Amino acid sequence: MSATDTQTRELTCGGAFNEALHQLMAEDPDIFVAGEDVGGVGGVFGGFAGLQDAHGAMRAVDTPISEQAIIGLGIGAAVTGLRPVVDLMFMDFALVSMDQIANQAAKLKYMFGGKAKLPMTITTAGGAGLSAAAQHSQSLEAMLCHVPGLKVVMPSTPHDIKGLLVASVRDDNPTIFVQNKRLFGMSGPVPEELYEIPLGQANIVREGADVTVVAYSRMLHESMAAAERLADEGIDCEVIDLRTVLPLDTETVATSARKTNRVVIVHEAVRFAGLGAEIAAEIQESCFDYLDAPVGRVGAPFTPVPFSPSLEAEYVPSPKRIAEGIRATVGRPVPGA
Amino acid sequence: MNANALNVDLNTLRDLHLRMLRIRLFEEAAGKIFEQGKMPGFIHLYVGQEAVAAGVCAALRIDDQVGSTHRGHGHLVAKGGDLSLMMAELMGKATGYCKGRGGSMHISDLDLGMLGANGIVGAGAPIAVGAGFANKYRGNDTVSVAFFGDGSTNIGAFHEAANMAAALKLPVVFACENNEYGEYTRRDATMAITDVVERAAAYGMPGVIVDGMDAVAVYEAATEAVARARAGDGPSFIEAKTYRYYNHHGVQVLGMKYRSDDELEEAKGRDPIPLLEKRMADAGLMSPEEAQAVHDQVAADVAAAVEFAESSPFPEPDTLFDDVYTVS
Repeated sequence: MSATDTQTRELTCGGAFNEALHQLMAEDPDIFVAGEDVGGVGGVFGGFAGLQDAHGAMRAVDTPISEQAIIGLGIGAAVTGLRPVVDLMFMDFALVSMDQIANQAAKLKYMFGGKAKLPMTITTAGGAGLSAAAQHSQSLEAMLCHVPGLKVVMPSTPHDIKGLLVASVRDDNPTIFVQNKRLFGMSGPVPEELYEIPLGQANIVREGADVTVVAYSRMLHESMAAAERLADEGIDCEVIDLRTVLPLDTETVATSARKTNRVVIVHEAVRFAGLGAEIAAEIQESCFDYLDAPVGRVGAPFTPVPFSPSLEAEYVPSPKRIAEGIRATVGRPVPGA
Repeated sequence: MNANALNVDLNTLRDLHLRMLRIRLFEEAAGKIFEQGKMPGFIHLYVGQEAVAAGVCAALRIDDQVGSTHRGHGHLVAKGGDLSLMMAELMGKATGYCKGRGGSMHISDLDLGMLGANGIVGAGAPIAVGAGFANKYRGNDTVSVAFFGDGSTNIGAFHEAANMAAALKLPVVFACENNEYGEYTRRDATMAITDVVERAAAYGMPGVIVDGMDAVAVYEAATEAVARARAGDGPSFIEAKTYRYYNHHGVQVLGMKYRSDDELEEAKGRDPIPLLEKRMADAGLMSPEEAQAVHDQVAADVAAAVEFAESSPFPEPDTLFDDVYTVS
């Protein structure tokens, strides 16, 4: 992460993703991209634009609508020495290819006694907020995090998208890189050069004294908005962006928890059996004596993602709901006080 | 088909014979150890199907890849696998191919291009196609083979892989081992077509049926399919009609409900190893004494593999976390 001011411009999240791929492919001839519509049209969200023009049809491959074979293409190419980037247009489609992801890609290295190397990246887009309904809106990271052998990246800003994508593609493990669809158009400063943000390193985005708010992907922004509201009420939030959910940087969260004594975890995924449950358990194990309140969780309700805008707005955690969750955690009396 | 033996050079005939014998004797030994309770987990023996792995792998170069199945020992042996490392892996030993982390269903040797047995039916095909893509990407003339059973052509992954290989014109050979049973269910109960090869036409790839008990016939079909792939003309499909002597899992043979003893005995009457030995003897290419000498040598190799495996240690418990991730 060696950004120099002179080379930093504003890019969208989608633009940062695209720029990283262009630069990575120019640097390493073993990198190719493959997936539905990633070649000729450059991806349905534009993330692969120009790659086929720049590098040819063998390096930006339009595949059949065959999610199992797309992941298999990546596995077979990775295990024989290439560095594939294979795309699942929507995160929901990971479920179509879950055997190849979870039974094959994640485990080959272990099952083969360490002799296989799988330097492959699976790119995809998750999250609700586009009325894309129940099969094109999910946040399924908890399922992926339950599979040893994978890495799962959930970036929140253009800067992080570029740096984390570079790290993901260069990583020698199967890594799932999940962009949030609502963030594609969001702009931010991005260094021109190639840089890496290490996987498994959380980022303290806002320092604060009263409560630690743990978020990632789109919920980082909703949590920051909630923190601004709460600042007016005198609640000083420390906001942590996990950036990578597997491996999980519990140390950064625990250090913050020991300082603020209160933790709220925010994710767009369904709250029940979500990552918040795991993080809460880990914090309670490592920081029990420091906590002044039970670890709070804000997440989606236990329903499929609804279609109608009025329902979807109710479904996705908003700054208002996040603020309510934080207030509930902060508002508890300190034991013995 | 009987004339085929004379169309193939002597070295190839000897090679086919040796590959089949190595599979047969290795598998018989593994079955015995399994029955003695000294082999943990599941075992799917390749006995009866030797002509397929031997015939296909004899048509390959060392750098060509094979994707395999749950019944994968034969593919690794035929690709040149080390019998000692294989037996040690089947017994869960630290000295095995996969350091005891994979076992029978995940045995592999990437240095030999053997991309792993696979516990999920049909799942090896997309991976073999990925290797085929990498070969085309590099612009070399290396070929990958997807081995799969008749039963796996009823699962989606096979169809996705076949279509992908054909659509992208990849150097892949689809080698179907039709042993007429998907686990314990007859093929005609699960498939409304007569020949599995009919499925190849749906993807625009040529397909042939060969006698999967005839190593020479398999070798000739594989040679043609491999040449086609190497030349950049895309994938082909071979349906080798073969037969599994032992059960889907484990060893027990006779008195099973799902198939008759007569059917099994009929198949054994077409056993690929004596078939080739007789042809070579009839053509004056290998005397019974020479054949016996090969048997004795392979039996000694297998006995040494068993000895190596039995005397090897199990992995240390503190190695449990090794190899979950690549640390670069």
